[in-house]
Amino acid sequence: MLTSLLAPPRPEPVEQEPPRAGMCARDVSAWYNVSRKAIENVSLGVAANHITAIIGPSGCGKSTFIRCLNRMHEVVRGARAAGTVELNGQDIYAPNVDPVRVRRVVGMVFQKPNPFPMMTIFENVVAGLRLEGGHSNRALEEIAERALHQAALWDEVKDVWKRASGISLSGGQQQRLCIARTLAVEPTVILMDEPCSALDPIATYRIEELMIELKKDYTIAIVTHNMQQASRVSDDTAFMLAEEDRIGRLVEFGPTSRIFTNPTERRTEDYITGRFG
Amino acid sequence: MGRWQRRRITNALATALMTLSATAAVTVLLIILGHVVMQGLPSLNVAFFTERPLPPGEVGGGVAPAILGTLEMLGVAGLIGIPVGIATAIYLSEYGRGNLARAISFSVDLIAGLPSIAIGVFVWAWLVRNVVGQYNGLAGGVALAIIMIPILTRTVEETLRIVPDPLREASLALGIPRWKTILRVVLPTAQAGVITGVVLSLARAGGETAPLLLTALGNQFFNLDLLQPTAALPIQIYNYARSPYPDWQAKAWGGALVLITLIGVLSALTRWAVGRRTHAY
Repeated sequence: MLTSLLAPPRPEPVEQEPPRAGMCARDVSAWYNVSRKAIENVSLGVAANHITAIIGPSGCGKSTFIRCLNRMHEVVRGARAAGTVELNGQDIYAPNVDPVRVRRVVGMVFQKPNPFPMMTIFENVVAGLRLEGGHSNRALEEIAERALHQAALWDEVKDVWKRASGISLSGGQQQRLCIARTLAVEPTVILMDEPCSALDPIATYRIEELMIELKKDYTIAIVTHNMQQASRVSDDTAFMLAEEDRIGRLVEFGPTSRIFTNPTERRTEDYITGRFG
Repeated sequence: MGRWQRRRITNALATALMTLSATAAVTVLLIILGHVVMQGLPSLNVAFFTERPLPPGEVGGGVAPAILGTLEMLGVAGLIGIPVGIATAIYLSEYGRGNLARAISFSVDLIAGLPSIAIGVFVWAWLVRNVVGQYNGLAGGVALAIIMIPILTRTVEETLRIVPDPLREASLALGIPRWKTILRVVLPTAQAGVITGVVLSLARAGGETAPLLLTALGNQFFNLDLLQPTAALPIQIYNYARSPYPDWQAKAWGGALVLITLIGVLSALTRWAVGRRTHAY
């Protein structure tokens, strides 16, 4: 993992058994500009082959935090993050780490499906690999087919995937296309930022099924403000909250079963039982 | 007269007035076009497009060197202006922050506002007097490039800005570097606007006369050497239109018709290409 983050511009050859990577965030703080601090000292571990859910009311910084896990937070103009985030023991915020390499290993699915509008379904899936170059068309087709199978989209698009545009699909299909696109670059961790909030219940159900299927091979962290979703799919749950100062902090973190049945913090219980948020 | 009837009459009157105004605007355009076509069409023949101008007083010949010269200088202008214009737009939209970006953005507006004759004077003082030593086509191309750049930059910048950020983030999150994201995701998504900008700016440059009078000068002969005085359609039209010879005056109309047609065809082609490439997001 160390070598793959640092140097060579090409990814390592695909291993049969994907490396099981967990992540560990320590004292992560993030700012949107000098005066606007969004989260403070968030520390939690994302266990390998687990689904870790991050819940909390709107504005508690859960999306900001998850974006710190693959260095996407700093893409926002003026934004800055501090603290350490270890991926298999290596700090992705170390000065010699290239954020581009981090995002190769830690993929991300966004709230609103965002397929590339000028590309076909096939081109969307292999966008990450094709723009990197060095793959034959044949190899790309195989990878795309496998990723579409993994994302449970293959049967619906197999007749049109070479010519239909990515944005011709329905919202739920687009989101699964985005998941396929993320899987195609073979990350070890997948971050999902409210992946179902723009989808109807049936599409949501399909994505949840898919996540449970995917955790055999991948480590997943998901931001959601749907508590039922968190309790249905996740192994661990983190509860974040922003008080009057509008700075998000971690309130409680633990196994989902315990957080939802026997939280130690009063605020967690209040939120989960629907007393606020 | 009831209220209902009064409303109907008001409605009819207002509709009639608006139709009239719209028709008046279009009529002016049609009169100009019709007049140019009527005056210009008779002088269009094979010789007009293939032969060089004849000496004053002789009837016949054509404006082929001017058509060729315009294309040459537009080529030079495009070679310089398209990369610079698009690169400036990318800088302003994707990278530029702070004082440098503000200064560049302000400069682009300033250049766009410069009278084209001033650009001509500047290029004359620089390239014609000091570098080459005589009027030349290269200087004409550079002058046209300076006219193109702000138009192209503004058009492309605006389209790059409306490319949604989630697309940039989707690409970055796949581990695609920033520069590649811009070249392979942002620019293709904005390609309709980029094409429009290129054609608009070329069309605008192709019709410029003032800066060419001081740089390319014009030429009655075929000339492929960009360091020599070079003919151009607008200069040819200008020279012929103020000449005392009826044949030259007719050819000025012909030249105007060719120029208008050229720009019209370019715009139509762009609309067609852009229509095919526009994707809703």
